[in-house]
Amino acid sequence: MHAKISVTVNGKVYERTVEPRTLLVYFLREELSLTGTHIGCDTSSCGACTVHLDGKALKSCTMLAVQADGCQVTTIEGMAQNGEMHPLQTGFHEEHGLQCGFCTPGMIMVAADLLENNPDPSEHEIREALEGNFCRCTGYHNIVRSIQHAAKRMQTATA
Amino acid sequence: MTLIGSSVKRVEDKRFLTGKGQYTDDIKIPGMTYACFVRSPHAHAKINGVDTSRAESMPGVVKIYTGADVAELNGVPTGWQVNFINGETMKEPKHPLLVADKVKHLGDAVAMVIADSYAEAKDAVDAIVVDYEPLPAVVNPKDAAAEGAPKVHDDLPDNMCFDWQLGNEKADVDQAIANAHHVTKLEFINQRVVPNAMEPRSAIGHYEDQNEKYTLYTSTQNPHLVRLLLCAFVLGIPEHKVRVVAPDVGGGFGSKIFHYTEEALVIWASKEIGRPIKWTAERRESFLTDAHGRDHVTTAELGLDAEGNFTALRVKTHANLGAYLSTFAPAVPTYLHGTLLQGLYTTPLIHVHVDAMFTHTNAVDAYRGAGRPEATYLLERLIDTAALETGMDPVELRRKNFIDAFDGVDQPGYQTQVALQYDSGDYHKVLDRALEMVGYEEFRKEQAALDNGKLIGIGFSTYIEACGIAPSAVVGALGARAGLFESAQVRVQPTGKVSVYSGSHSHGQGHETTFAQIVADRFGIPMEDVEIVHGDSEAVAFGMGTYGSRSLAVGGSAIVKSMDKVMEKGTKIAAHLLEANPDDLEFGEGKWTVKGTDKSVGFGDVSLTAYVPHNYPEGLEPGLDFSSFYDPANFTYPFGAHVAIVEIDKETGKVTLKRFIAVDDVGNVINPMIVDGQIHGGLAQGIGQALHEGTIYSEDGQLINGTYMDYVMPRADDFPMFEIDRTVTPCPHNPLGVKGAGEAGCIGSTPAVVNAVMDALKGYGIHDVEMPVTSEKVWNVIHGNS
Ligand code: FES
Ligand code: FES
Repeated sequence: MHAKISVTVNGKVYERTVEPRTLLVYFLREELSLTGTHIGCDTSSCGACTVHLDGKALKSCTMLAVQADGCQVTTIEGMAQNGEMHPLQTGFHEEHGLQCGFCTPGMIMVAADLLENNPDPSEHEIREALEGNFCRCTGYHNIVRSIQHAAKRMQTATA
Repeated sequence: MTLIGSSVKRVEDKRFLTGKGQYTDDIKIPGMTYACFVRSPHAHAKINGVDTSRAESMPGVVKIYTGADVAELNGVPTGWQVNFINGETMKEPKHPLLVADKVKHLGDAVAMVIADSYAEAKDAVDAIVVDYEPLPAVVNPKDAAAEGAPKVHDDLPDNMCFDWQLGNEKADVDQAIANAHHVTKLEFINQRVVPNAMEPRSAIGHYEDQNEKYTLYTSTQNPHLVRLLLCAFVLGIPEHKVRVVAPDVGGGFGSKIFHYTEEALVIWASKEIGRPIKWTAERRESFLTDAHGRDHVTTAELGLDAEGNFTALRVKTHANLGAYLSTFAPAVPTYLHGTLLQGLYTTPLIHVHVDAMFTHTNAVDAYRGAGRPEATYLLERLIDTAALETGMDPVELRRKNFIDAFDGVDQPGYQTQVALQYDSGDYHKVLDRALEMVGYEEFRKEQAALDNGKLIGIGFSTYIEACGIAPSAVVGALGARAGLFESAQVRVQPTGKVSVYSGSHSHGQGHETTFAQIVADRFGIPMEDVEIVHGDSEAVAFGMGTYGSRSLAVGGSAIVKSMDKVMEKGTKIAAHLLEANPDDLEFGEGKWTVKGTDKSVGFGDVSLTAYVPHNYPEGLEPGLDFSSFYDPANFTYPFGAHVAIVEIDKETGKVTLKRFIAVDDVGNVINPMIVDGQIHGGLAQGIGQALHEGTIYSEDGQLINGTYMDYVMPRADDFPMFEIDRTVTPCPHNPLGVKGAGEAGCIGSTPAVVNAVMDALKGYGIHDVEMPVTSEKVWNVIHGNS
């Protein structure tokens, strides 16, 4: 009934036995107590559960934990490096890109994927990239600005 | 120090940005069980039997409760009583914790399963067989009032909870409408919307036998009120043995003000089974059970004289309350709606009549704006329609009827025809600023010249709202069963650090920052030396929670009151230490100074002396710790001017919001960044209602669009960058001069967008399109199919 899996999350290897039907998001929250990844819906629509799987943004409610066997997962808890915030975390803070904070981890994870592939996105490209992520608090205005803020910082850092 | 008015970055951000926020569902307690509900798939059905036998023997199942098990318990109560026009008390049917006999709306809870794991609880829910006998349902409040409509509650033959009226003599209003030079009439539905806070509701009940103590963690805007209702009305458990904690809460927008059945059930059952119980809504449960908003079926008529002066307003609304009364449901279509029909205008005669109806639908209660958006929508739509019909300019028509500016200090407040007295306002100013930002004349030229297969339109909305809810005596006279004051304790610690315990509750509004700014500014200490504690009934003396844009106006004022007491006592201690007369001292930059000298003593030294009172004023108590309760003198009245510009593609009917300009006056502003954020969020919700959102109930009461696959949530690419600004007209009756910013965006924006669509479609001879204004509806208008 149960399956043994090994998943690397935020650089740490976890070996666990899970029910095959366990969704990745439940595995992260319940099994690993990484509760920064949120559950906002039951139809894979809201994006609150977005993590990175092998470097690509993914809604962790759309995938079974067993499918992540052998994979690298990054969650919001893994975004700050050596005590230093990721530029997106800083951007959201500087531009007031969060209110209740519930959508925020998902927003940051999806934005990180966007900036990885498109370091200098237009406002329109940012808004399109956020299509699968709902925020009910901010009207998206400051989320867009937060991502622009981060993009600028990341470009100066690499320049 | 100039912390007031500065965009200080939020101190609460870090935990959310690093995934360390703690929402209710993130909490785990050893031995915890998980609850899931069996919910009715019918809107109306008789329950002939509930068979739990198979589920009971399934793995992990701890206990199953059905309606029969909780029949002896009280239901969840309502916090507001509105009487019929004839004086009779409103009808208040029981809202049982679990239904035993007849389900009355889709999602009504029939059984609760408790199991060792969430998955096991869900499995067992699927194994419970309920024998339903479906019955006819009614979902529209006007249909519910019709002869022979299916009954929601057997003992209420006409489905009416109450009827209600407000304003001038009906006969006078009727007469004025009959005599008007022109009457603009609209009949429309202000559609039902789902609040959709991104964090689904969640509750953990934990009873500890060893000290007979109950703890409820719950995603609420209002922990103390939940405790009060639980203890005084639902379970009768002792209030001093009950702790209610609202940890981080992921948005509320009204839907988390109310006390819900699930909260009562998990805490009651935790004692029964001797283990903690967690319940977290799935999104589909949120759609079915979070109290919805709006849902008015309205006829509104505005009379004008030949010059365009408003002569009378007559409104008739059927308000949908759903099947059961939610906590504040009766107040929303009445005292939060009818009282706002004066708007910004001098209309001399107003009458509003509301029939509040039960239907076989989920409860309707306060949703961001609560009643004021409905009032604003009907007024502002009437005005743009009247302009269209009479050939007047919508801006000029508004200006002609605006109430003149008044500051509430030298000029008195403005007494409306509908009970309220506005505090202060300068309505021309917000409109002037909005017009300047939009470039009105250029727009009209561009509109006239356009020739590219597109239509463009501009829509206005100049709104007022009443918030900072509210003077207890006033709301008490209007039927509130609670006071609407706020409490705050300011505890200066011996080292001069300050802990503030507020009865307001932040679920995104940034209290931990704004409140700390006020305190640090007053005491002349760094913000890092101030901690804001909220959301825990054990830490905070009392609270009435956060809604109605009241946190700063009411909760902030309570903090000021406590700070006044700290300063008064601190001055006595300082005077003693400085061997001076208290009247000779002045306070600034964190220290008391003897005027005209360089003799001073710092805030920290005074704090320490208060707790180490060796050299101390005679007869003065030690300590520097004060509580206050602040009951406001009046509501506060923010106002603003919103302008929408839309573009319509004639081929597809698609409406694109090109620009949105909002100029709001929310009184003084403590943190502009946070206020802007509140406006942005409100705009998105208001625009969402205009263009995207709305429930679709089938005739038999099925919620057709009860998931995110079907209910259209506004997304990032539905909006342009908002263009916002503000004017400042301070509130004259609270110490901070603040009015409240939480709902303004949601109140003003909806009619502006629909007015813009109607302006774009003005060549098509129609005067209204029902919300949400979808491509299909617009396409039908353009192609003559309306
Ligand atoms: S929880 Fe995964 S998309 Fe909503
Ligand atoms: S910040 Fe609350 S949902 Fe985005």
